[in-house]
Amino acid sequence: MAKIVAVTGNEAVANALRQVNPDVCAAYPITPQTDMMQRFSGFVSDGKVKTEIILVESEHSSMSACVGASAAGGRVITATSSQGLALMNEILYIASGTRLPIVMPVVNRALSAPLNIHGDHSDAMGARDSGWIQLWSENAQEAYDNTIQAFRIAEHMDIRLPVMICLDGFIISHSIERIEYLEDEQVQNFVGEFKQLYPLLDLAHPVSYGPLILPDYYMEFRKAQAEVNTKVPEVVLDVAADFEKISGRKYGLFETYRLEDAEIGIVILNSAAGTTKDVIDEFRNKGIKAGLLKPRLYRPFPYVETGEALKHLKALCVLDRADSFGSSFSPVYMDIASSLYPYNDKPILINKIYGLGGRDYLPEHAEIVLNELIDIAETGNVKSYKEYIGVRE
Amino acid sequence: MKLKNWKEVNPGSVITEPGSSEKFKTGSWRSSKPVWIEENCIQCLFCWIYCPDNAIKVKDGKRGEFDYEYCKGCGICALECPGKKGNKAIIMVEEGK
Repeated sequence: MAKIVAVTGNEAVANALRQVNPDVCAAYPITPQTDMMQRFSGFVSDGKVKTEIILVESEHSSMSACVGASAAGGRVITATSSQGLALMNEILYIASGTRLPIVMPVVNRALSAPLNIHGDHSDAMGARDSGWIQLWSENAQEAYDNTIQAFRIAEHMDIRLPVMICLDGFIISHSIERIEYLEDEQVQNFVGEFKQLYPLLDLAHPVSYGPLILPDYYMEFRKAQAEVNTKVPEVVLDVAADFEKISGRKYGLFETYRLEDAEIGIVILNSAAGTTKDVIDEFRNKGIKAGLLKPRLYRPFPYVETGEALKHLKALCVLDRADSFGSSFSPVYMDIASSLYPYNDKPILINKIYGLGGRDYLPEHAEIVLNELIDIAETGNVKSYKEYIGVRE
Repeated sequence: MKLKNWKEVNPGSVITEPGSSEKFKTGSWRSSKPVWIEENCIQCLFCWIYCPDNAIKVKDGKRGEFDYEYCKGCGICALECPGKKGNKAIIMVEEGK
């Protein structure tokens, strides 16, 4: 029987981690993640989990300790935000290149400077090419569910890649929502026992991790890693199908909302999708065919499936809670544009950047965007392809 | 040795064969090579202690010739060598001369 509770996003994810009961956790506090690992270390202190906590002096060290512990043979977790993820950057590539299935909730927060502790997606976007799988979560329930599924995806024998679970800082991490918890036993049966492929602590089979790979072999390892990424979407769907059996909640590579017969659409990640769905309902009530696509598996990006789901639209806006300084458009826009490129008939695509540093995304922002899309769909005229919204001009 | 293709390499570049670095001959990296001058050698074994590549073999407490299959020519041995009465027992000479 599912247990219904009112908890914050951080609390929900910490509880998922307790239910999984990992072997090792090496984490460093950073707002807005701190409260999640604080709760988890409480579970350790209270003997609710058998996890060994490693105290470290930075996120560079926490991810390094995770790499070591995972190679040693443990099921390993950490969590971070913002500057912490940026500081881990070097080791993120080592975790993925070494194919270590570490699981890490990332409570999304803006990057400094200027210093800001509130939610945006700049941190995880900076790690989007690091070889980690990224699952994005609209609310606390999705963050909880994604965390549990992340272990199965990361540890799948065909995959063996680390996974980030992204949830919006403060908006989700610190807001109380209604959550359905699975039973501890259900979660433990779902994730199963973890077996490292080449555990360093298996002294009967000595192995070396982290060798120097010169030009005669480096590309072979990179090609092998790239190929693994192509297998991820299928595994994500298989795991989601199994998860539905125990939870009744359905997950895909992305979520579509009233998109099938839509003429205009919005692509948006995480918590802002909820607000947008409400506004879409209002527009639908007025007879306007609006829809939404919310990416869930953002890395590796399922560009074929995404393009198929969006190609029929007349006008489409990608709303991004991060910019990609100096590039053509914002991160998600570039992926959506690539997914639509192969089609002759495709929507006119515009880009809005919103909500940086915790700036509120309000229903009226979605209204402005949808009204602009109606105009573009009718006239074909675009006044601006890329624009910041909710900013003082 | 036939090189493996991308389907044959181990996930995460983990090496499952212990001691395989022995097969990795690094002698070809050398641009200058150490030469041992036995009459100036006091057998202090500093060269053996300092060599980062285990390219000096010791037998019965005494060093012999360099192992040029692994010596990268870093020159640490020549630097550390105290020699005898101011004359070095290890000198570096340019490769190919």
